[in-house]
Amino acid sequence: MSTTEERLKERFGAAGFQTSHFRDNVRFDISSENIQSALAFAKNDCGFDFLAELTAADLLEYPDARNRFRVIYVLVNTATGERIILRTHVDLPDPTLPSAVPLWKGANWMEREVFDMFGIRFSGHPNLKRILMPEEFVAFPLRKDYPLRGRGERHNFPVITRAES
Amino acid sequence: MAVGGPDNVFLTKLDAAANWARSNSLWPMPFATACCGIELMATASSRYDISRFGAEVMRFSPRQCDLLIVAGRVVMKMLPVLQRIWLQMPEPKWCISMGACACTGGVFDTYAVVLGVDRFIPVDIYVPGCPPRPEQLLASIIDLQNVIMEKGTLSGKEFAERRTAEGPAPLSLEELRRSRDFLLEKAIEQEQSSQQPH
Repeated sequence: MSTTEERLKERFGAAGFQTSHFRDNVRFDISSENIQSALAFAKNDCGFDFLAELTAADLLEYPDARNRFRVIYVLVNTATGERIILRTHVDLPDPTLPSAVPLWKGANWMEREVFDMFGIRFSGHPNLKRILMPEEFVAFPLRKDYPLRGRGERHNFPVITRAES
Repeated sequence: MAVGGPDNVFLTKLDAAANWARSNSLWPMPFATACCGIELMATASSRYDISRFGAEVMRFSPRQCDLLIVAGRVVMKMLPVLQRIWLQMPEPKWCISMGACACTGGVFDTYAVVLGVDRFIPVDIYVPGCPPRPEQLLASIIDLQNVIMEKGTLSGKEFAERRTAEGPAPLSLEELRRSRDFLLEKAIEQEQSSQQPH
């Protein structure tokens, strides 16, 4: 058992989160109410000063999934090299999480990408708008119920012919 | 050749003279968005030497170019830029669609990638390959020179005759149906929500 896990248990209680392991990854599943305090605790008290990755997954049609979206934070302690993964879950119709930008400025664009692709909103984000897709795009393309070939958006352009140009 | 004239004068049709001049001094506008752009650069290098065909003056301003080479996939966010570049180029102008992605979308058959630039701008020559070798691009420039020599006119009136978009139909039926179903669903949802008592 890692000392980080013990400290998290001290702070949030043994029922406050679930721990799972995959190879050398340690993953803590935390409820969306506690995720901000858990991130702040990891950063300020456990020395995880670097947010390496912030991403999401759509668990639609995923076996044994109880929630629709999973948001994943990968934290690194740059002094010791230790790496942990914090995960939380949100659901439709209004998937919202507190923003991690006050803790790590690098979360800014990563949260915008998660918003762009999955439609998960981050309350408190300074500039939450689309980062990859055009502003006028209406769908969230990495949701599993969005068709791979889109809904005709890529055809929605004027056609320029020789006579016109 | 006129009979009896001076040795340093020869007669020709004005169209043929213009075509000869235009086809041997194409100024390409490189629109390189992917790996085809690397082959385009190789074509311009001394190893393959595009200047043997008079097309070495690559300019990065569309105002100075008359040959658009679309090299690489074009995504839906980039297509308005491509169209604007095409409109900014002065007449007479031609377009080469280089590589599988520019011609058809290639393997990138997803929501974001356009299925061939010929759906939205006119294309004269298609170059297959993923990416095409520099020899293929040089062959396409020779083909384009032949097209200009055969069909070109001084006033460019051969362009005015083409009133429809070239290439395949702009919409595939399957995607039309999908977008129609989506809009129908949305309209039904809105109707249901507006009928509910507040």
